[in-house]
Amino acid sequence: MQHLRNTLRHLLLIFLCIISLYPVWFMLSTALKSQNNYVLNPMGLPYHPTLANFGSVLTNWPLLVWVRNSLVATVVSVLVSTIISIMAAFAIVFSRARGRETLFRVNIALMAIPSVALLIPMYMLMIKFHLINQLPSAILFYIGLLIPFSIFFLVNFFREIPIELVEAAYMDGAPHHRILRSVILPISGASTVTLVIVNAIFVWNELLVALVFLQSNSARTLMSGLTLYQGRYLSNEPLLMAAAFMSIMPLGILYVFGQRFFVRGLTAGMGK
Amino acid sequence: MGPALVALGVVFVYSFVEVAHYSLYAGSIGQLTYVGFSNYRELFIDPQFVHAMFNNFRLLFTVPIVTILSLALALVINTTFRGVRAYRAIVFVPYILPATAMGLSFSYILQGNGILDGLLKNLHLSFLIHDWLGSPSWVMFSIGSVIVWQQFGFGVVVFSAALLAVPGETIEAARIDGANWWVVQRKILIPQIHRIIEFFVILQAIIVLSSVFTYIYVLTGGGPGYSSGVMEFFIYQNGFENGSIGIASAAAVVLLALASVLIAIYLWVRTRAAKEVN
Repeated sequence: MQHLRNTLRHLLLIFLCIISLYPVWFMLSTALKSQNNYVLNPMGLPYHPTLANFGSVLTNWPLLVWVRNSLVATVVSVLVSTIISIMAAFAIVFSRARGRETLFRVNIALMAIPSVALLIPMYMLMIKFHLINQLPSAILFYIGLLIPFSIFFLVNFFREIPIELVEAAYMDGAPHHRILRSVILPISGASTVTLVIVNAIFVWNELLVALVFLQSNSARTLMSGLTLYQGRYLSNEPLLMAAAFMSIMPLGILYVFGQRFFVRGLTAGMGK
Repeated sequence: MGPALVALGVVFVYSFVEVAHYSLYAGSIGQLTYVGFSNYRELFIDPQFVHAMFNNFRLLFTVPIVTILSLALALVINTTFRGVRAYRAIVFVPYILPATAMGLSFSYILQGNGILDGLLKNLHLSFLIHDWLGSPSWVMFSIGSVIVWQQFGFGVVVFSAALLAVPGETIEAARIDGANWWVVQRKILIPQIHRIIEFFVILQAIIVLSSVFTYIYVLTGGGPGYSSGVMEFFIYQNGFENGSIGIASAAAVVLLALASVLIAIYLWVRTRAAKEVN
């Protein structure tokens, strides 16, 4: 009985794993097929696997430009928003400023604001500053969108730090920035990595803002580039799947090596 | 603190004020004229907007489905056995993958005579074959299924973590009293994690109300006709394809109002949970 239950459980889980990974497997196996091979046999294994689609995407599409743009947008917006949020979270937890609890509650509410509702005013603002179709327009917006969750995440982490550590440094007359640098940051490594990963996934995967703000080919991010070429190459499945597979590869590699950071960070919103 | 306040002020506060402001104007950029609340009146007699809002509400059906499925699996795997961590890690994968790329993959899987239809045919289930994305009566079901596919692993991981935190003695005590598996789950485990379940449900509701644009854009482009339009898509199309800033802004205000209700519930649940702990 116990044995049967165990087997059933494994079968159920294997079935769920297949469903979870099938769209990725479809992407990869299609990318390795020639167009002919796909048309004749869309579901089967690639017959004479080929890397030609990957080569074609890399040479004939502005894919590397899009990858560079996505990387720059991700690195800059995550870096800036993390620094800003560390300072703000430090102030919310350790300063004695009035209204910091209210600010934290407002911040939590902002976490769930849909970015589409902010899109029109931000677009108009970027037009005023002549930033439309330039990467900084999206980056500035991303920084703002990342801050609420970052502050929330860091405040929850800072609150676990024993207050005595900070108070001892206060007694010694250390200024705020020194306490932050020599007491808080050295013990925040793992949490910061977690936060950086969550935010990086958000920016790398984001479509709507990129689509609206970056419409010139040289400014597109990888995700908005993919949707542009979706229309153009819809009937060349292997080519599109090769590009799509390349767009998820960095996440896959990161996930294999840093799984616990992903899980801890992405489920943090469910905590306090 | 200063830089954060400036950033939040510009991106959120300024945008809230401005979007409300634009919602009172008609015309395109550069030649806006004040029209009062008439955009809102137009919105609610616009069949596209009404349908879009209706579709968002229909997607709310995915919330109990994801919640029940992932909670059920979390309960089933709530013991230590070989490979449990690997299974959980694999089921979580869809949650981290970009909806854009996965939407492309699903568009081939779900299209008429696509991969799913081919599979159904091979299994002699031809009566189930549909044009999953091209038929107005199936398209929202298909989009909802893709959302369930992506959110399921998130639920499993969240609920598993919560179940691990339930003290073992409580469960042992019940077992000794002769409670069977089902009673232990229903009377002890689920009540112990009901706060997390509440958070999860609210979060999922917020997601299907206000962050499903990518799925629609990549899978159907709102089609066939306008049968799979949602509020976000309506705002995008009117604001950036048709140049109707006023209508799009009014729709954004309606969306914000709906999101605010859910956010208020979220804050209320949080406060209650915090009180319970103290």
